[in-house]
Amino acid sequence: MNAVTRPATARRPPSGTDSGLAAQILDRASEPGWPPEPGWLRAARRRAAAWVEDHGFPTTKHEDWRYTKIDAALAVPMGTPPEGAADGGASVSVGDLVGPHLSGARIVVVNGRVVPELSSTGDRLPPGARVEALAGALQRLDGRLEPSWLWRAGDYPHALRAMNDAAAVDGVLIDLPPGTVVEDPIEVVFVAMPAGQPSWSHPRVIVVAGAGAGATLGETYLSGPGGPAVTNALTQVHLGAGAQLAHHVLQGERTDSFHFSSLEARLAEGSRLSSRLLATGGRIGRHEVDVVLAGKGADVDLDGLFLTGTGQHHDNPVLVDHAAPGCTSRQLYKGVISGDGHGVFNGHLVVRPGADGTDAAQVNKNLLLSERAEVDTRPRLEINADDVACTHGAAVGQLDPDALFYLRSRGVSEREARAVLVSGFAHEILERFGSGPIRRRAEELATAAGLIVLDEDGRSSGAVTAATTRARRGGRPQ
Amino acid sequence: MSAARAELAELAGREYAYGFSTDLDTDFAPRGLSEEVIRLISAKKGEPDWLLDWRLGAYRHWRTLAEPTWQNVTYPPIDYDDIIYYAAPKKKAALSSMDEVDPELRAMFDKLGISLAEQERLSGVAVDAVVDSVSVATTFQARLAEAGVIFCSFSAAVRDHPELVRAYLGSVVPYRDNFFAALNSAVFTDGSFCYVPKGVRCPMELSTYFRINAAGTGQFERTLIVAERGASVSYLEGCTAPMRDEHQLHAAVVELVAMEDATIKYSTVQNWYPGDAEGRGGVYNFVTKRGRAAGARSKISWTQVETGSAITWKYPGVVLQGDGSVGEFYSVAVSAGHQQADTGTKMIHIGKDTRSTIVSKAISTGHGQNTYRGLVKMLRSATGARNHTRCDSLLIGGDCGAHTFPYIEVKHPSAQVEHEATTSKVSDDQLFYARQRGIGEEEATSMIVNGFCREVFRELPMEFAVEAQRLLSVSLEGAVG
Amino acid sequence: MLVVDDLHASIGGTEVLHGLTLEVPDGEVHAVMGPNGSGKSTLAYVLAGRDPYQVTAGRVLYDGADLLAMTPEERAAAGVFLGFQHPVEIPGVPTMYFLRTALNAQRRSRGEEELGPVEFLALVDAKRRLVDMDRTLLDRAVNDGFSGGERKRNEILQMLMLEPRLAVLDETDSGLDIDALRVIAAGVSSLRAPNRSAVLITHHQRLLEHLIPDRVHVLAGGRIVRSGGADLAAELEAHGYAGLDDPGVEAFPVSTATAR
Repeated sequence: MNAVTRPATARRPPSGTDSGLAAQILDRASEPGWPPEPGWLRAARRRAAAWVEDHGFPTTKHEDWRYTKIDAALAVPMGTPPEGAADGGASVSVGDLVGPHLSGARIVVVNGRVVPELSSTGDRLPPGARVEALAGALQRLDGRLEPSWLWRAGDYPHALRAMNDAAAVDGVLIDLPPGTVVEDPIEVVFVAMPAGQPSWSHPRVIVVAGAGAGATLGETYLSGPGGPAVTNALTQVHLGAGAQLAHHVLQGERTDSFHFSSLEARLAEGSRLSSRLLATGGRIGRHEVDVVLAGKGADVDLDGLFLTGTGQHHDNPVLVDHAAPGCTSRQLYKGVISGDGHGVFNGHLVVRPGADGTDAAQVNKNLLLSERAEVDTRPRLEINADDVACTHGAAVGQLDPDALFYLRSRGVSEREARAVLVSGFAHEILERFGSGPIRRRAEELATAAGLIVLDEDGRSSGAVTAATTRARRGGRPQ
Repeated sequence: MSAARAELAELAGREYAYGFSTDLDTDFAPRGLSEEVIRLISAKKGEPDWLLDWRLGAYRHWRTLAEPTWQNVTYPPIDYDDIIYYAAPKKKAALSSMDEVDPELRAMFDKLGISLAEQERLSGVAVDAVVDSVSVATTFQARLAEAGVIFCSFSAAVRDHPELVRAYLGSVVPYRDNFFAALNSAVFTDGSFCYVPKGVRCPMELSTYFRINAAGTGQFERTLIVAERGASVSYLEGCTAPMRDEHQLHAAVVELVAMEDATIKYSTVQNWYPGDAEGRGGVYNFVTKRGRAAGARSKISWTQVETGSAITWKYPGVVLQGDGSVGEFYSVAVSAGHQQADTGTKMIHIGKDTRSTIVSKAISTGHGQNTYRGLVKMLRSATGARNHTRCDSLLIGGDCGAHTFPYIEVKHPSAQVEHEATTSKVSDDQLFYARQRGIGEEEATSMIVNGFCREVFRELPMEFAVEAQRLLSVSLEGAVG
Repeated sequence: MLVVDDLHASIGGTEVLHGLTLEVPDGEVHAVMGPNGSGKSTLAYVLAGRDPYQVTAGRVLYDGADLLAMTPEERAAAGVFLGFQHPVEIPGVPTMYFLRTALNAQRRSRGEEELGPVEFLALVDAKRRLVDMDRTLLDRAVNDGFSGGERKRNEILQMLMLEPRLAVLDETDSGLDIDALRVIAAGVSSLRAPNRSAVLITHHQRLLEHLIPDRVHVLAGGRIVRSGGADLAAELEAHGYAGLDDPGVEAFPVSTATAR
């Protein structure tokens, strides 16, 4: 009874299993161009694929997938995606999609594979620090990466997670020896380019930060035209004692894409992780976070903003596991749901026996902007130690009519007034993307999704008309 | 701290004050469940065919179901063929007055503090007493009848008011609702029935005391309360069971129906035997309670104080159908020793401008595990619906657990839902403050915990509030950390 | 009444009191003044027995008995009262109920009869008038939603109800207007008796204008660095703590001193 339940116990859901999947995945290992792999990796893939065959894909009967149906994604063939930057024939090029380079290292991953021509590991990295393509690292470091594959082996929360173990071939390794601090943000851009050949890709990022190391990692997920693409990404973060990582995720895929991502992090004593999510894209976007506070005094800070519009479904399962004493965690997720969009927050806070001195807060707030918008929120607490201070809160509501009226009485149209209030609601999260290029990119993405973005002074960055600006300055319309 | 830990260990072995069993001459059905047993129960009660058919329908449906496993409790598998589904104190003939109640039975209720005769004369609370599965005495029938209120055992209602029972039985909790509701529908043997006609305010509190007495029996009572347009009623339910080594199953169903402008207030003080220090014995309390706020501006309010049972599994809910209807749920759940509680509520908002309030206070100590599980659902039709939920958990000692699993599902943009929850231990600052004023640690803890529960206690009728505070203090004896 | 002898106390492994010595004879009111961080609140908490504070050396005698060996409630029953600087809220517990429970717990442990509801109500009504406290506050939960001033009045009310032999008031005067200050001064004065004493811990001299102490002690760097008569308070007010001419003080926190 006292055993803490993981968010999902492996149970066999009744449907969805693609039989022969393991064989299909393993067949790919003999394809031309697939690099030779160490034995442990082949074995790990085989086990993971077998797990998927045994357990099947999650259905809404599965407690953690209660509100998210993935049949449409499962209908996309799981075969090999088009090779690398093969964007010939597509109306949009990968280069156009990924936009200009930020200041630090940048790796571009297309359909699950690194494209060297578009990537630069940067010459400003401190000595010893490495940012490199995972495929190469798997060979070069061989057994050193095995623990990453063993992390959840046999105890997968669901088949999509296992699929990444089975099928990830490339991605990024960020290796920071103790004490190294990378100043410039490290940028990874994932692009799904189906180019008429809908398929799945399984990119993976592994961050190993030694004691006292520090870095900023930005992940951007985009997709191109030519049919639905499924991205099934995994980011694994190991923080040594006192290490720090600022992690920013921008999910701006096309609304015919399916996006599944998991952030798995393990924090040693005194380490600190902050992770921010902005999700605007995808037909389905599921952004899973699973953080274990494993060492005394570790600290995690999680924020999310999901802008969910017509035809979209965003699910945000967030698990924070306080396994050591004296740790702090904070979660703030905000959803703005419009059209017939469907937003889900599935927060889960676990405090293990002995994790005394835990200080944890979990908050989810949602705005429903239209008649057909839906939101489901489940802020869960599971507490097995008594010296704790844990709070959670959830709210679902609409725009404050008094505030709307106030703005309109100052001459702002209803439409603009609504936009201003929504942006005020979102601002709290957006400003946590810092002040550098990642913040700018986040604002661009939010603006593209129809959100008016306010700058530090509360002014809009271009998208608001003069009337709104006048109102904000207290002037009257002419 | 270590002294306190030792006391915590002692706590698990605290005496259960209601653990006597009374040697009543009891009439049993054979062990196990089959269509024959159901026919036997139905025949013993002289039921009409429609009710037997309904039971058999429920039984056949139950056979297709698997016991639920999603709740956050663990227990060894229940052998449904090893339960006696019907046990009734034998009586010679129908009672014509209270004086004819079996003296042993009356002595038992005296021990419980419910002297039926005294109740009738003094307290002005009408009591229906259910021992094992059968209603044994209902007081105050005459005075209630004057007001037009029907308050009687379920069996009597089937006999005397079949049209009412038939109209509402299963209308809120159909037998297809869940595993235990199906089981209850197949085998329920008695319970209470209450009907308050149009415009009548029930002149007194109604109360049922449930008692499991015979060994190896399950108790499957069924309660049905109907308040017609503009009617109001306050109903109290109390429960105890003797100490026994084996587990006893209690799978009740309660259905409430409130018409336009009607109010039903349902209060429970549940103190079934919780099991011993090692978690042996104790009642499995698997109960389905639901109200249908059917009419406009109707109101259904559940208040529960759950201190007993080895396992509690119940979610008294309200289906808010009528426009402007109101649902409330106030709960205190204590898990001490090896008790497990998975309890909460369901508020289903269908009508416009419906309102619901949820206040849950959970206290865990010893090895107790307490889970709040609540669903707030706003359907597309629920324009302007509101919910406010407050869930607080208190942990006393490091071996217990407090869990909060809310489900909030909103399909209307004008609906507003707010959920707040906290989990903490008894504050050192508060404890020190009280001790500095000379109040001993145990008394101070009890005072602070009572304060923590006050929001719920004040929803209880006075005599129940006193009883609830006393039960809480007993539950916390020695639980000083 | 109270003898504090070479008291060393720490919290979280950091020593805050470094050998504090203080004597308060029967019937006297003493003021302990000092800058922020000098250890004033630590002294109050140690006297009342607050948990995380550890006494590492020294002793405290109360009427000749070892105060440090007693639990907080035993100290209270023996007549030690602490007026808290930040009185905590206890939701759901009505103030009236709290007061009665406290009073009767103390009476029980002294072998006295418990006070019945009628006598108690009469007593509480008389006392609350003395501190000018609204009757309705007593029906609210302890300090729940009380303003700063109301909390402090509630502390004084409790003191008057419990009639301690040694009252230790920790910054009870901070943040109060002049009326409230007078109420507190009157409350403490009303308890003055040959067998009662009080220790007023304060940062400012304001309270002492209304309540003339028998002795004033200066606490700095975890020790009493100077003692004198009531006029010492005025001197401190005029010159600040840094103006003290005491060569024996090494750990004197000049940086926290008020203006010269």
